Amino acid sequence: MSDTVEVTLRAVGVLAAFLVLPLLVGQTEHKVMAHMQGRLGPMYAGGFHGWAQLVADGVKFVQKEDITPAAADKRVFRFAPAVALVPYLVALAAIPLSPDVVAADLPASAVFVLAVTAVGILGTLMAGWASANKYSLLGAMRAAAQLLSYELPMVLAVASVCLAAGSLSLSGIAAAWSPWWLIFQLPGAIVFLVAAVAELQRPPFDMPVADSEIVFGAYTEYTGLRFAFFLLSEYAGIVVMSLLFAVLYLGGWHGLLSDQLGWLWTLLKGFCIAVVVIWLRVAWPRLREDQLQRLAWLVLVPLALAQLALTGVWVVTTA
Amino acid sequence: MSPYVVIAAVVAVGLLLFVAAMGARALLAPKAPTRAKLTTYESGVDPVGRDWAQTQVRYFVYAFLYVIFAVDAVYLFPWALVVRSNLGAASLLEIAVFIGVLLVGLVHAARRGLLRWL
Repeated sequence: MSDTVEVTLRAVGVLAAFLVLPLLVGQTEHKVMAHMQGRLGPMYAGGFHGWAQLVADGVKFVQKEDITPAAADKRVFRFAPAVALVPYLVALAAIPLSPDVVAADLPASAVFVLAVTAVGILGTLMAGWASANKYSLLGAMRAAAQLLSYELPMVLAVASVCLAAGSLSLSGIAAAWSPWWLIFQLPGAIVFLVAAVAELQRPPFDMPVADSEIVFGAYTEYTGLRFAFFLLSEYAGIVVMSLLFAVLYLGGWHGLLSDQLGWLWTLLKGFCIAVVVIWLRVAWPRLREDQLQRLAWLVLVPLALAQLALTGVWVVTTA
Repeated sequence: MSPYVVIAAVVAVGLLLFVAAMGARALLAPKAPTRAKLTTYESGVDPVGRDWAQTQVRYFVYAFLYVIFAVDAVYLFPWALVVRSNLGAASLLEIAVFIGVLLVGLVHAARRGLLRWL
């Protein structure tokens, strides 16, 4: 009985984090972007600096009509948002905030998180194919090609970290972390960050949803709450990737008073990465399709392999 | 208690969230479909052609390359666990040969212009 209660509590805890953190990132994006562009951003909803803007957006989305186009493959079309969203929820469950604050401490959580986040792309592909819309199909093809190309450097970068730590578990990796990693895992860290932004289809890698050419890519036909779910999955993705970066490369809970406040350190470091992800959107224009494929295959993959070689040699010579 | 039980519960909670949200939407949102509303969106003009359209297959090259390298990447993770044992130096050499062969393939693909867009 107590097992059931514990499992339920953990699952609900993950859900709560999943519903709060993306909104926090979303609101930060509103405000940070606005101030970078000399605007104020939302100021009205909720009174204090528009803090309730995204809550209000959610309420609005629930009340919007849900349209399934007549030509669409209806069942796939309607289920696609869930396929895009749930993987990030599951990934969040496996990321440790501190040795104690983790919903499910899996033995190979680094591999698990990579595998689960890769499922999310199926949601985009399903959406694009089932819409029976030319923009959607083009967007889905671009998304698939982009996610395949950037998945690879990301996996290689994570493999390098696993190699340096001698562990496939995120808790084990963060426990083995030392400040030297900031230097000798730096190329891998940059590869990971670039690949993560590309995986999330965020600017400058937002070719799959390029509004000036294909409206909104795979999500063109979506309205109301289903559309909101795709947006939520993007922000949940930022949360997952930022926390993952914090745990893999920034030592997670290492910091002052890490015994008591470890989880806060992980969240803080993750939040800083999220701000960087937002910053990239403001700072850079969109990459063209051929440019972003070249970047993946001719810059990131060789760089990640070089990092892997460096780590391998370092581990073997110091072991 | 296995952590995978928690993972299963989280998947269930996620699906429940989707179902509950769709239920709330069904109760709150209006429903007034018209023919024009249900047609495929094509920037405000009548859709040209039907349903699914043909598209470029350039993307398949990247899928091929990905499959080759992804399989290779899977082998790296078990290696991370044994490299500190007495296999260390030998396994480093073997992985270097293994990845080297794939790298030659990538360079070949790039030199033959496979990674160029047009």
